[in-house]
Amino acid sequence: MIPLMSAGVRVPFQTTETTTVGSPLLNITIFGLFVAVTLVIVLRASRNNKTAADYYAAGRSFTGGQNGTAIAGDYLSAASFLGIVGAIAINGYDGFLYSIGFLVAWLVALLLVAELLRNTGKFTMADVLSFRLKQRPVRIAAAITTLAVCFFYLLAQMAGAGGLVSLLLGIDDRLGQSLVITVVGVLMIMYVLIGGMKGTTWVQIIKACLLISGAFIMTVWVLALHNFNFSTLLGAAIETSGNAAITSPGLQYGLSAITRLDFLSLALALVLGTAALPHVLMRFYTVPTAKEARRSVVWAIWLIGAFYLFTLVLGYGASALIGSERILGAPGGVNSAAPLLAYELGGSILLGLISAVAFATILAVVAGLTITAAASFAHDIYASVIRKGRVNPDGEVKVARRTVIVIGLLSIAGGIGAQGQNVAFLVALAFAVAASANLPTILYSLFWKKFNTQGAVWSMYGGLGSAILLIALSPVVSGGEKSMIQGADFSLFPLSNPGIVSIPLAFFLGWLGTTLSRTPEDPMKQAEMEVRSLTGVGAEKATDH
Amino acid sequence: MGSHPGEPAAGSGPAVDFTEVQQTEQFRELRKRHRSFVFPMAVFFLLWYFAYVLLAAYAIDFMATPVFGNINIGIILGLLQFVSTFAITMWYVSYANRRLDPIAANLRHELEEAAPEAFIDPSGGKK
Repeated sequence: MIPLMSAGVRVPFQTTETTTVGSPLLNITIFGLFVAVTLVIVLRASRNNKTAADYYAAGRSFTGGQNGTAIAGDYLSAASFLGIVGAIAINGYDGFLYSIGFLVAWLVALLLVAELLRNTGKFTMADVLSFRLKQRPVRIAAAITTLAVCFFYLLAQMAGAGGLVSLLLGIDDRLGQSLVITVVGVLMIMYVLIGGMKGTTWVQIIKACLLISGAFIMTVWVLALHNFNFSTLLGAAIETSGNAAITSPGLQYGLSAITRLDFLSLALALVLGTAALPHVLMRFYTVPTAKEARRSVVWAIWLIGAFYLFTLVLGYGASALIGSERILGAPGGVNSAAPLLAYELGGSILLGLISAVAFATILAVVAGLTITAAASFAHDIYASVIRKGRVNPDGEVKVARRTVIVIGLLSIAGGIGAQGQNVAFLVALAFAVAASANLPTILYSLFWKKFNTQGAVWSMYGGLGSAILLIALSPVVSGGEKSMIQGADFSLFPLSNPGIVSIPLAFFLGWLGTTLSRTPEDPMKQAEMEVRSLTGVGAEKATDH
Repeated sequence: MGSHPGEPAAGSGPAVDFTEVQQTEQFRELRKRHRSFVFPMAVFFLLWYFAYVLLAAYAIDFMATPVFGNINIGIILGLLQFVSTFAITMWYVSYANRRLDPIAANLRHELEEAAPEAFIDPSGGKK
């Protein structure tokens, strides 16, 4: 099982013995302030939203530093913060393994994807994938995988919001949580509807700054309590937990041959999934040049790397100062480590701040996912496939805005329905689907001259289908103690993450489809894509003339 | 505002013969420099990452070997993953600035001067 990102899944049903920490009123006030400030910024940012490029790509007006911060904001979901701190606090070293996978994954984006993608696309991932292949089938496939990844990611965030809120605001019952999910959904619809990509980006920048500085302050605080000596902190954590094994791997994944294999599968999905997440890819279009895209990734790597180093200290800090028994006993269980640590350090004010930041985090991530899904539907399916390009950009943006409302409502409904469901399942599926369905086609079309339409279609549908099928047949869905469907057992596949099978399969299908196809692609298009991707010709703002 | 800089100039006709550009000495040099850096580097960091993952999954006792105080080999290798990620990032940026950007900018300017109508969005009003 995957502990992180299961933000408060089990909260709704175990809040009877709630030991309220902090003041819900204070939490609501701080969160309300965040919403008010960001709404004003979104309104100001929306004044210039005129064209499709403004709405989807913020007029390509952001600098690398701003976009890199926004990427960090997009990437560091509440699950990263609450989930990893909690995982380290309880499982020690095994929690740390996640941060490493999440960080190293960015090198794939930096070296192989970001700049080339910025130079060849316009608004969506499908722009790049269909550049030199047959528009219709490839665009439809890319849009479907985009929507699938976004939807699972969205559902997880919305369901997580319900659980988090019960911890932070003291709302216990199912109705109250549904109400909160609705409020989150409506707020998110407003941000995206009014602000477009520009507003969404600003929300993410603010949130990233708050989250990273909050984590930094807590890290310095924890280290100060241990003479700024990491070894002393580890010693304190070992002493509180009474288990020296928390500083070495194996507590969670070393149990059996299956759990070890599962860990390898997860590691593969994490390192290859990041550079294929549509909402991360879309961020590269908000900057004017490939050089700024590179700068964005560099900023993101530094910020995300620093943040995961903080979580290492915070996790062991929670383990030392609070102890796993108190963490597991609190509402929210493993995910309450970070809020409890904040309360231990700075009382209800710091708890309120950290809680509001965690909640803001969900809001910002949800907004980023929604605009990606809406852009993909309006740009790839409506404008390019249904209307075959015969649509003016205004009409396309109108469709995108309507799609935002539909997706918002769907995710509210899904979030309410998924309350108490296994959130980890949904996020792992999103990463595995991204790595299996998108990454092979992205890499092949950027680097393999002979790659063709049949290869792309086989790889995308094969990757998507096998990832979803394997998850449906895994113990996450049935046959285990914590499965989604209790009382049935059709778990033919023993691992909870499908990556180790579906990712190589998708790469293989891309190769097989290409080799078996007898229709060659236009060599002109391949030449154009290669020249554009490396030189950035035609993709740069003509300011350096 | 309002320009679409990233828009592929589809439909603008074959104003530029990209296959010809693809064959030029300059472009081939650019592609060679790019690939000769990113491919070996990608292979290297993936091997290093999976070596680490395999150790964490199957060599738990080795990872638990104390080095100093409560710091063990596992913690040091984990932190080295951070260090190598930061180092590769800086290395690539410096490489790209020195070896890729000048040649890419040069090619871009040549192409845009040869066929401005194919690359500059009329609505952008630039140039």
